[in-house]
Parts: sequence; structure tokens; C-alpha cells
Amino acid sequence: MAEQVIKVERLTKRFGDFTAVDEISFEVNKGEIFGFLGANGAGKTTAMRMLCGLSIPTSGAASVVGFDVYEQTEDIKKNIGYMSQRFSLYEDLTVIENIKFYAGIYGLTKKQIKQKSEELIDRLGLHSETKKLVGALPLGWKQKLAFSVALVHEPKIIFLDEPTGGVDPVTRRQFWEMIYEVSAKGVTVFVTTHYMDEAEYCNRVSIMVDGRIEALDAPRKLKEKFNVSSMDDVFYLLARGAKKAAI
Amino acid sequence: MKQFLVFIKKEFAHVLRDRRTLLILFGLPVVQILVFGFALTNEVKNSRIVICDYANDESSQALIRKIEASEYFDAEKITLSYSDIEKSFKAGKIKAAVIFPVNFDNDLQHLHKAQIQIISDASDPNTGNTINNYLSTIITDYQRQMIENANIPLRVTTEIRMLYNPQLKAAHNFVPGVMALVLMLVCVMMTSISIVREKEMGTMEVLLVSPYRPILVILSKAVPYLLLSLVNVATILLLSVFVLELPIVGSVWLLFLESILFIITSLSLGLLISTRAKTQQEAMLISMMGMLLPTLIFSGFMFPVENFPLPLQLISNIVPARWYYIIVKTVMVKGLGFSAIWKETLILTGITFFLLVVSLRNFKKRLE
Amino acid sequence: MRTIRFLLQKEFRQILRNKTILAVVVMVPIVQLIILPLAADYEVKNVSLCIVDNDHSTYSQKLIAKITASGYFKLVDFPESYRDGLKLIESDKADVILSIPSNFERNLIRDDTQELFVSVNAINGVKANLGGAYVLGIIREFNSVIRTEWIQAPRFSNIPVIDIAITNWYNPYMNYKIFMVPGILAVLVTMMGGYVSALNIVKEKELGTIEQMNVSPIRKHHFILGKLIPFWILGMIVLTIGLTVGFLIYGIVPEGKIGLIYLFAAVYLVSVLGLGFLVSTYSETQQQAMFLSFFFIMIFIMLSGLFTSIDSMPQWTKVITWFNPVTYFIQVMRMIVLKGSGFMDILPHLLKVAGIGLVLNIWAIRNYKKTS
Repeated sequence: MAEQVIKVERLTKRFGDFTAVDEISFEVNKGEIFGFLGANGAGKTTAMRMLCGLSIPTSGAASVVGFDVYEQTEDIKKNIGYMSQRFSLYEDLTVIENIKFYAGIYGLTKKQIKQKSEELIDRLGLHSETKKLVGALPLGWKQKLAFSVALVHEPKIIFLDEPTGGVDPVTRRQFWEMIYEVSAKGVTVFVTTHYMDEAEYCNRVSIMVDGRIEALDAPRKLKEKFNVSSMDDVFYLLARGAKKAAI
Repeated sequence: MKQFLVFIKKEFAHVLRDRRTLLILFGLPVVQILVFGFALTNEVKNSRIVICDYANDESSQALIRKIEASEYFDAEKITLSYSDIEKSFKAGKIKAAVIFPVNFDNDLQHLHKAQIQIISDASDPNTGNTINNYLSTIITDYQRQMIENANIPLRVTTEIRMLYNPQLKAAHNFVPGVMALVLMLVCVMMTSISIVREKEMGTMEVLLVSPYRPILVILSKAVPYLLLSLVNVATILLLSVFVLELPIVGSVWLLFLESILFIITSLSLGLLISTRAKTQQEAMLISMMGMLLPTLIFSGFMFPVENFPLPLQLISNIVPARWYYIIVKTVMVKGLGFSAIWKETLILTGITFFLLVVSLRNFKKRLE
Repeated sequence: MRTIRFLLQKEFRQILRNKTILAVVVMVPIVQLIILPLAADYEVKNVSLCIVDNDHSTYSQKLIAKITASGYFKLVDFPESYRDGLKLIESDKADVILSIPSNFERNLIRDDTQELFVSVNAINGVKANLGGAYVLGIIREFNSVIRTEWIQAPRFSNIPVIDIAITNWYNPYMNYKIFMVPGILAVLVTMMGGYVSALNIVKEKELGTIEQMNVSPIRKHHFILGKLIPFWILGMIVLTIGLTVGFLIYGIVPEGKIGLIYLFAAVYLVSVLGLGFLVSTYSETQQQAMFLSFFFIMIFIMLSGLFTSIDSMPQWTKVITWFNPVTYFIQVMRMIVLKGSGFMDILPHLLKVAGIGLVLNIWAIRNYKKTS
């Protein structure tokens, strides 16, 4: 049995009388690429924000890298990376300034910062762009840079909230190559998406409908179970029953 | 036409949905009227002064009673040395000191001449000056009473009549000013920010690629603000009539017509800014620094225009609020008709026309 | 500590790169300090006067000459009738009408008493009051002159006269600019601190970068300090520019210690920044932040005593001014610059502003949540 880095039991979040996340339970293993699927408004982002320590659950239990999501949010934050669907680098800072800034606030030493930023720029091939303002970069590059920056402090888990929204297929492919790379190094990847072809790249996926997890397994097994040929069909079958479906 | 209504509905929804916007739209005018009407007077009242009575005789006491009775002063009788007076000035505790010398009564009765010293804190010239004037008047009055019986020949008396504002209320001056200020604020700042916001969020592009004509896009932005501004005008007028008890002497319709003209002026200014500014922050800074402060300064309601140095007087001529302020004052307070303000109206129309042409041209250019 | 250094570095880079903000920080104080004091002149001079002279006598001529010579009035016209005079007032060509009744001189000598009529356009109450007082003063003087001419002077020497000696301290020439510059400077520093800080934080909210901060282990107070310190420094720069402009253009040298101004400003800025920060925690968009801070700062400035005296306000607004930090800053600026007040004089103000700052900042920190 692999080490479990995320454990979630009957986790619930209510806003007033609206239940955004309704008693979900699952585990994520170390080094796994865990896909978190669902239609818009199904509760993906809310669930993810609770796991990142951005939002306190209403009830249920969850731990991330061994820390409790109620009490130890700040300890969780030290051990995770996060990249949101909204672009989160400073557009009016240069590439190198952004890297050094984020490395700095995660408490890396001067030596580490220098080494890390060189490594990162090498890997992305951004040598000629280091002094450019991030705002001037094409979107695909921005996303790749944001991903790398989110990994700069070597977190145990990285949370990606619709990381490939709006980028071209080539960049998406490269992006997933980067995801595989970090996963191979033992970093757990928790990713939300609504591109079903991306779901196929995950080790396991969960599908959320109306705040509940309706299915959770490896993509291949899900397809067998529902007797369809693609993840797209699996998703369609499940989401069709949603009360507030937005597909 | 149906599209137009849809658009206007959307615009209203934007404005009315956000409490903070409503606060500015309707809260600010109300607060301003109340504050200007009740709190801000150029009058000087309740000034703290000390009276140092070294004489302590009949005359000095009689005069002191008169000073104490005045609502202008909050007088305290205490004997202070010069250095103590200075200390009180420095701590900002008192505004003036009145000093009666020893033998005041004696000098007055026998030498027919006595002296009172007034030391005032002139760091605030307005207050200092006014206090000096009030004190001098009280003293002169007292003196006149003393000689009242001694039947003086060749007495010239003067009857003063305060026209339009017999109680010298500050509201007569401020209400027209606040109207100019609020309309400027709502129309210029709100419109420019709301248009630029659509630019920033990219929704402007969506509107412009729709079959909807660009000129209608602008019009439908303008109509809600025109209506909201008229609501504001009505609110301000109601408040000033019923709360500040400042009646509208002239024609209400004329007042509204002129207000519509000024609102259009302001809307075209807002449009002009929005064609220039790229971000909301820029739009706000231009509206604030470029429009609001000049309105406050140059319209003449805070500071008398005739006191400006010549270059500033010239600048004030192109500030629309200045003309609107004169118009409102003339119609509302003086109660005169259109014949008294046709010149101001003409100037305002000219400015509006100019602004509209420039901003529409700019807007078109951006489209091409 | 290291974290704060990184935050500060980032903040300064962004500020220095933003040309609009820089222009606002540098240019606005200069332009405002040059223009505002020139315009904000309450001194009543150049009152326009028209005289309806129905008498055309030596006395009426004498009175007119006296008024012209006084320097307070600009004689605009001699209308034929009071009605014509009223038209001049309606068109704002004249502020005051003085009408001299027919047979003024003859009746004065015959009846020993005569009445003059003065009508003042009182829409602007202050101007009316002062204008009226000037006219009265001149008439009184005129009266005593003709009296001494008519009757032998010695007979009246036993009328008691009270001589009023007025001494104006701190600003003997009643120069309005010296009074306005410190006040306007205080307002500029306030706007800088209140607006720009609120906008800056909300901008991070709109862009989503604040989320990235919240998901990092960065401490709450580090983040806040990282935001406050740059704007605190900007405020101090605005103050320095303003004091320099005041010296170069108006020759204003503070009577008191400059160090005291900075000490007070240092504490004051913390409370204004607290306000800006508080506004930002209640706003989701820049537009909301602008409107909120505009609303409060506008009221604060109106009730600050910048233009009008607080003593004359009704009780309920006086109570509001106790909680208005701008009031204290303007008072202290004027006290130090004009009167040379010392540390003990401003201590009460300093403590109150510190108290307000403490409350605002604690409120803001409580309301700012990394985790919702």
C-alpha cells in the first residue's frame, strides 16, 4: 500500500443553505497524478481550496501531508504548491524577479534561490527572456512559468486549478510532460480540469456532480465500468443527471 | 429600440447591485448637503478666548459681561501672563486674549481715554480677523452706549439690508456648489470608470462586434447616468428645501433644464476621459485630479473667483461648473428667469458641444 | 524579517515601474501646492460697490471719495435709481448698493440725523458680513470727520474713547497662504496614504495574485507590513516634496522643529494606511475601493477644519471630528509651522492619532483573512 498524502473523509462546505461540497471522501497516494473532474460549479474549486488551507470546511475531516485542514492550515501551506486558474504571477515584474520573489517568501536561502532560478530558467529555456516583464510573455509561457514557480520550494503536493485553460494544444502537451516529470520525482499532483483528454493522462480521476463524488477510479476502469469508449462519455453519463448542470 | 432598453437595464443593474457604488451615488450627495448645510459655516462662533482683567473695576466688568454674553465667544476670565498666553496659543487652546490694563475705569472717566489690548492668534487669518472685528464691534457699541445720553449732533445712521439671504446662512452659497460637485462626480467619474471597466474586462469588444451601433453603445451608457443624476438633483433640492429650509425662488423647471444641460456637459467629459484612459485607475486619477479638484476650486463656491490671480481667473472660464454654479445661484436663490442667465447657458452649451465633438471623434478613431 | 525584505523589494519594483503612480506622487503635490493656496484666498477684497447718489451734495461727494480711497471697494457704477442698482446686483456686477437719500446734507444739518441705506448681496454670507462691516466703518469715520468739521473739536474731547490695540501674533500680515499650505499638504499626504494603499491591495485581489500569497506560508503581519511600509515611505516623500515646495515658492520655514512634523506624520500615516487597508478588506474590485475610500476621505476632509473653523460647527459634527485623524494632522501642521509649538503641545494630538491608528489597523488585520 502506497503512502497516502491526502486523506479526506465526509468533507463538507456549506455557504448559507447552499451545499457546495457534500460529504466527499477519498485518498490520494504519494506521487500520484490525481484528476479532479466536474462541471463548472460542481464544487471542484471549493474542495481544492479547503485542501490548500484557503477555506475552512463546515464539517468532515481531512489531512494534507499529515496536517489537519482545520488547525494546521499554515503547516499545510509550507508543504504544498498552488497554481490557480487565474494567472498568478506579477505582470509588472520581470521573469527573474517573480521567481526570486516567490522563492524568497517561501524562505529559501540566498544560495538556494540563485541555484533554483538558474535551474528553472534552464529547464524552460527562458534565457533571453529573464529581464522581460511577465506581462509581455505569451500565455502558454506564462502558465509554464507559473507552474515552475509554484514548484520552486519543492513542495510535496502541487495543486493545479485548471492550469491549461485557454492555452494551445502544443503547450498543453508540453505542460503535461512537465507534470509527468515532477510526478516521477515523487511529487503528488492534484489537478482539476474539464478537458477530458487530459483526464486520460491521470492515474486516477474523481468526477464530482452537485458537490458529490460520483465516480473515482483509474480512467481505464471507469470506461470499462460504464461500458463506453472515452472519458468524455463517462463524464457525460454522470453529469447529465446533475440538477444544476452547466455543460 | 428593444436592444437599447436591454442595454440600459444592464447598466442599471451594474450600478444598483453594488452597495459601495450606491453609497457614492446617493450617500455622498446627502452627506455633503447635510455637512455643508449644518457643519460648514464660514462664520466664526464659540471661539475660545481669555480675558485678562487687570483692572477689575466697574467699566471693565461691564464690558466683560457684554463679551461673555456674545455667542461668538466662549470666554474665560483668567489672569495670564504673556508667556502663559503664548503657551495657550501654542497648544491651540485659545484663539485670542483681551487684556484690560490696571486703572481702566479711572483712565476712561478722567483722562477720557483708555486702552484695551487684543492679542489674536492670526495663524488662521480668517478667524483672527473675524474675532478682531467682533471684539472691536462689541467695544465700540459699549462706547456708543456710554455717550448715548450726551446727545450728539450730526448722527448718520445706516440701515443695512442683506438681500437674498437675510440670515447670512451658508447654505445659499453651498447648495448650488454641492449640486455642481455631485453632478460632476457622478457623471464624469462614474461614466469614465464604467466605460473603461468594460474596456479592461474586454466586454467592450463584445459590444462593439455586436450589430449594435457604436453610437448607441455610448448613448445607452449615458442614459442611466443622466437619469440617476436627475434623481440626485431632485434629492438635493428636496433636502435643501425641507431640511435646510432654503426655498427655490425661481422656476424649478428652468433649474432642471439647466441641470440636464450641465449633466450632458459632464457626461461628454466622462466620455472624453474614457477614450483616453487605459485602466480604471488612470480614469479615476484623471477624473479626480483633472475634474473634481478644479470644480471645487474654480467654480467659485469655496473661494471667491475675483480673488484669484489673473491666470487662474482665465482658467476658471473654461471650467463648466463655474457657469452652472452661477446659473443655479441665479435661478434658485435670486429667483431670476432665463433672461438673466442666457449668457451662461450659451457658454455652457458651447463647451458641451466642443466636448461632445472631440470625444466622439476620439471614440470613432479608436474603433477604426 | 527576510520575508519582509522580499515583499518590500517586490513592492518598490512595482511602484517604481508604474509611471502613473510616480507622476501622481511627485507632480500632484507640486501642482496643488502651487495652485490651491493662490486660489484659496478668503480675504474679502475688491468688493464691487455701486452708489445711488440722490443728493449730489458736497457731503455725498466727500463720502464717495472716502469710500474710493479706502481700498476695499471697487466702485463700479453710479446707477440712476435703487432699481437700477438692484439690476447690477442681479447680474453680479455689484455686491453692495449704497444709496444716499436726496437732501441728505440739508436734512443732516437741519435734523441732526440722517439715514443711509446699504443693500448687500448676501448669498455669500461671509463676504456680505465683511463687506457690510467695511461700509459701516467708513460711514462711521466719515461721520466723525464731518462732525469735527462742523463743531469745534474741543467740546467733544470729554467723550470717553476706548482705544483698541490689536496685535496679531504668528501671522502679522494676515497672509492666507502661510495658513493654507500646511493644511493642503496634510490633505495631500492623507489622499496618498488612503487611496493608493487601498487600490494597491485590491488590485492584487482582482488579479488573483493575493490568492498566491494566501496559499503560501507567509505570515499575515509580514504581508501587511510589506504593504504598509512602501506607502508609508511614499507618504513621507510626498511630505518632503510638499515642505520643499512650500519653502521654495512661499518661503515658508516652519517655526517649530521639522523633526516634530516628521514624527507626527510617521504616526499619522500608520493610521491613514490602516484606513486604506481596512477599505481594501471590504472591497472586491478597484472601483469599489475607490468609491469607499473616496466617500470617507471626502467627509474626513470636509470636516477637518481645512477651510472652516471647527469651533463654529454644531455639537454633532464636533463629535465626529474627534474621531477624524485628518483634523489632528491639519491642526498639528499649522501649530508647528506657524506657531512653533513643541512636543508637549502636540502630545495630546499625537496620542489620539496613535489610538485611532491602533483601532483601524487592528480592525483591518482582523478583517483580513488568509483562510476563509
